[in-house]
Amino acid sequence: MHSKIEVRDLNKSYESDQGRLVVVDNVSFTVRDGETVAIIGPSGCGKTTLMNMIAGFVRPDAGAIVIDGVPRVKPDPRGILITQHGSVFPWLTVRENLMFGLNGHAPRNKAEIADHYAAIVGLKGFESSYPHELSGGMLKRAELARALVVKPEVLYMDEPFSALDALMSLRVRNELLRILAEERHTVMLITHDVEEAIHVADRILVLSPRPARIQAEFDVPFPHPRRLASAPAQELRVAILRELGVDQYGG
Amino acid sequence: MNRIKSTLPALGVIVALLFAWWGAIVATQSLIFPTPWQVVTGAVELLADGTLWRHIGASLMRVGTGFALAVCVAVPLGLWMGWVRGAYDTLNPIFQMLRPISPIAWIPIAILWFGVGDASPIYLIFISSVFPMIVQTTVGVHTIDKRYLRAAENFGVSRATLFTQVVIPAVLPQVLVGMRIGLGVAWLVVVAAEMIALRSGLGYMIMDSRNAGNRYDLVIAGMIIIGVIGLSLDSTMRRLERIRWVRWRYAQ
Repeated sequence: MHSKIEVRDLNKSYESDQGRLVVVDNVSFTVRDGETVAIIGPSGCGKTTLMNMIAGFVRPDAGAIVIDGVPRVKPDPRGILITQHGSVFPWLTVRENLMFGLNGHAPRNKAEIADHYAAIVGLKGFESSYPHELSGGMLKRAELARALVVKPEVLYMDEPFSALDALMSLRVRNELLRILAEERHTVMLITHDVEEAIHVADRILVLSPRPARIQAEFDVPFPHPRRLASAPAQELRVAILRELGVDQYGG
Repeated sequence: MNRIKSTLPALGVIVALLFAWWGAIVATQSLIFPTPWQVVTGAVELLADGTLWRHIGASLMRVGTGFALAVCVAVPLGLWMGWVRGAYDTLNPIFQMLRPISPIAWIPIAILWFGVGDASPIYLIFISSVFPMIVQTTVGVHTIDKRYLRAAENFGVSRATLFTQVVIPAVLPQVLVGMRIGLGVAWLVVVAAEMIALRSGLGYMIMDSRNAGNRYDLVIAGMIIIGVIGLSLDSTMRRLERIRWVRWRYAQ
């Protein structure tokens, strides 16, 4: 497998009242095609800035993001960003939202494709609903479907499930895994939830507190469906938490 | 049932005011200030000979024309100013300066430019309602949540799609707020404008009733009718908040 995303020496700092604030400090890593990589870090460590740079919304001060061998300078539909608060357009129905990115298709075909993806994420029957008529979990599914509809090569997910309650988060995660098993996507997931990372990712990068640097890297070798309560999964969890400076047994 | 219940206190206050009014006239034995009943008979008299409808029609026509012109100018201009930084920087200071000038202050110039026909009040209505609508539309564009613009950018849609499917629907609720404000001001202004000149309209009717024999019953009838029409214009605008394209904004 060749590397899909190559992040090279990314740097980003902001001017603040206290002077220059380095947010991302020399971050380099690669993501292989079809791989799911989770990035874990303490809150405020610069995860979101890192993700926004990789997705093309923020220009790095130095360094480059190379996707399929081509440097990325701006966002495009080959990599769709999904964020915590979501961006499903509240003034469009579910179907219209899903059709939004389908510019090259004939009008009739568009609705068909949209409805197909609505069904994939379990929103069959809600195609004509408006977002305010949906629950938080359904809204997240709609956002996921809107991303999948344009067949992106990469999904950038920035704490996508953290606005959901624990049960709903687990459900949508299972849904995501099921879809990822069917359609190959490369996924970058940013989270502060260790269990979520172990549940979903093939590899986990742990970031340091600000400025964000890569502090440790873990492989998650467990086959899907994963049992998070298994001993090796728990051991991995403890090891990651220790990297984050949290000791399970209170020390 | 609940609706009736919630309007009861307001009705009670109106009835109490009418009694207080009536009582005050009886107590002071005023010869010139009319009783509520005289106002009603005066209004019926005007209704019967058709002049009231003519005046109402004239006022509504002027408001309708001036307001429609203002919408046609304000909405595109507001969108443009909201979207293009340079347009905002160039035009906003001028509009902010023109906006606080009372439309009444424009009356002499309106008469100079447009004479004493219908064009003067229409111009005054235009000038009074265009600025609030420009401002609201511009604010609407500026307050579009960044995440929606980002999502649109992410999907790489054309400028036309961006405008028709993101910017305009996102701004529409604010445009509606601007229209509500604009129509309210327009109704205020038409009556004031009609007091100056012309031979029709509710404003003219009020001044004429006073000048032609101190018919204060008709003056008050006119005032009440202006209030009632203003209220129904506003509730019509409020009803627009329920239409499909803006309902999302008011849901929950």
